[in-house]
Amino acid sequence: MTQTNAESRLLHAENVTKIFHIRNGLSSIKFHAVDDVSFTMTTDRPEIFSIAGESGSGKTTLARMLLGMEKTSAGLLTYKGRDLNQLSKREKRRWFYKEVQPVFQDPFAAFNPLNRIDRYLYETVKNFRMASKGEMDRYVDHVLQEVGLSLAEIKGRYPNELSGGQAQRVAVARALITRPSLIVADEPVSMLDASLRMSVVNMFRRLKDEQGVNIIYITHDLATAFYSADRIAVMLRGWIVEMGPVEQVLGRPLHPYTRNLKESIPRADPDKKWPRTSGLAVTDVDEYRLTSCRFASRCPYVMDICRHKVPGVHQVEGRAVKCFLYDPTVVGEENVARHAAGLLPTPSTIQ
Amino acid sequence: MGNLVEVENLRAYYITQAYGVKRTVRAVDGISMTIREGEIYGIAGESGCGKSTLLRVLMAAHKPPLTVVEGTVKYVFGDMSINALEMSEQEIRDLRWKEISYVPQGSMHVLNPVRRIQDQFHDFISAHRQVGKRESREMARKYLTELGLPDSVLMAYPHQLSGGMRQRVTIALATILWPRLIFVDEPTTALDVVVQRGVIQLLKDVQEREGSTIVLITHDLGVHANLAERIAVLYAGQIVEEADARTILKTPRHPYTHYLIHSLPDLDERVERESIPGRPPALDNPPTGCRFHPRCPLAMEKCKHVEPHMVYLHSNHRVACHLVTDEIGSTYDADKR
Repeated sequence: MTQTNAESRLLHAENVTKIFHIRNGLSSIKFHAVDDVSFTMTTDRPEIFSIAGESGSGKTTLARMLLGMEKTSAGLLTYKGRDLNQLSKREKRRWFYKEVQPVFQDPFAAFNPLNRIDRYLYETVKNFRMASKGEMDRYVDHVLQEVGLSLAEIKGRYPNELSGGQAQRVAVARALITRPSLIVADEPVSMLDASLRMSVVNMFRRLKDEQGVNIIYITHDLATAFYSADRIAVMLRGWIVEMGPVEQVLGRPLHPYTRNLKESIPRADPDKKWPRTSGLAVTDVDEYRLTSCRFASRCPYVMDICRHKVPGVHQVEGRAVKCFLYDPTVVGEENVARHAAGLLPTPSTIQ
Repeated sequence: MGNLVEVENLRAYYITQAYGVKRTVRAVDGISMTIREGEIYGIAGESGCGKSTLLRVLMAAHKPPLTVVEGTVKYVFGDMSINALEMSEQEIRDLRWKEISYVPQGSMHVLNPVRRIQDQFHDFISAHRQVGKRESREMARKYLTELGLPDSVLMAYPHQLSGGMRQRVTIALATILWPRLIFVDEPTTALDVVVQRGVIQLLKDVQEREGSTIVLITHDLGVHANLAERIAVLYAGQIVEEADARTILKTPRHPYTHYLIHSLPDLDERVERESIPGRPPALDNPPTGCRFHPRCPLAMEKCKHVEPHMVYLHSNHRVACHLVTDEIGSTYDADKR
């Protein structure tokens, strides 16, 4: 990762950890939902940063911390140099919520079905005093234009009168009203038809290019992440296992988990069917509690050391990978180079 | 292989009467198709195009306000031919789960949260066969092992399992009595890719082991490409194109099918993708002529007024589009087939 000085940091996460306690009778288990996560977004250039991973990998917990809805258990999370844990309620309301806005998974759950949908837009304008009374209609219409809608189209309509894609675009418009620098979108397309997904993702790209909005795009859909994001972090059971520019990470994934994810994307092409093997965890909690590599039980390239120790993060081919296959002290420099070139050992040759 | 289900000119409408206003939603409007024994038949289309309604009628589970106004659905089980729309309650109950099974949308939520999985298997099996608790547990254990699922799940409660495992347990539950015909509605929506793949593989295994017939509904053409042998594309309550999977995905002829496929992002290169403009029409007042014409980039004057006929390009590939009809002439008209 490139070194950045503190001023140009938009969002900075350093060893962020979130621990939940699961109580079971008298005993209690510590559960690291997000474990030692670090990344930085800069103010220099707007970007779409995608956080990807299967369900139960800690994506949403991370999003909730980024939105200030949840405090970190350990580590440092700063936005424009301010520690999120230290913000007062008033500062959050006046400043932080104006700067960072959420978009959630299900647009129909985000809007009360009994309220007209334009109400949410007006309410947000009022709450953050974004426009005077007389200006309000013009301002709301202007924001709606940015997401490809207009006030005339949605004024007085109820959520059920809109398609999923339209409702989700209204949700994004609502987030844009405060002129945020950062939008955190948690699975914004997973409830939508494949054909509608593109309209939302294309809109994100346009917002980034034209409005300079930074977007954190959380998804399990690697295809749309590849299409829209600049940088991607792949999460596995609370860890970031691979992070870097999206062309590199998804174009040629190095971590076995990322490879598995990429292979699992169903392709609408009869010549690119899945090969027939794939591992699956029985329960989510078990893998979290492993004191070794958390992918060890499913990894086709598992080595002995993977079952005993936690792998470190290594810089390979322009990205960070958390895997022993790229640790020169474990497999040797020569093998790291081989692995990085895509020549992974065949699963059967490993003891 | 023979036909298992024969559907002839089926029309099923939601007819509601509220405050003296009659509203008719034409969710299934003139569908004819045959499902062959032992195949995986995919039904594709956007949400709101009538996929789930069609499924409901196919398994004779329609209730008012959904009414079948025209057409027939026939099951052919061996030498038995059953008219699905005229069965009594008892006949339907005898057929369900034993011959016809159903994995509903969001089926990971159907398990009872306060009962162990093995008890749920027992409830289910004992409703259809005379079996004791031990016997049903043994059956369940054997079946799960065959499908490659760990039998430790039998002792678990649903909340202890991951979403993907719950989904697969439900599929095992729905198929343990070896039904001939399995209807699966959106088995993978809201599941992540790795789990999705596991679920699809399980369905494939079930089908291969016992040669069941699966009717698969999903909007995700990637899933269809991996599973289905033949695919029908539904738009606004009608079939617009039907062919074997390879033909549909490689050489689609209907502009809508083309759009559906090309709206998916490509993983090999990052090229601009445009979503389909507009949205599916409201089915209480569908557009005249071809129902796709308001969204179709190739629409001609004729499309606005004349409804296209289904034409056969060859015995396995049929399309309803004026462009195709004009190209090959009207000699292959469906009526003269």
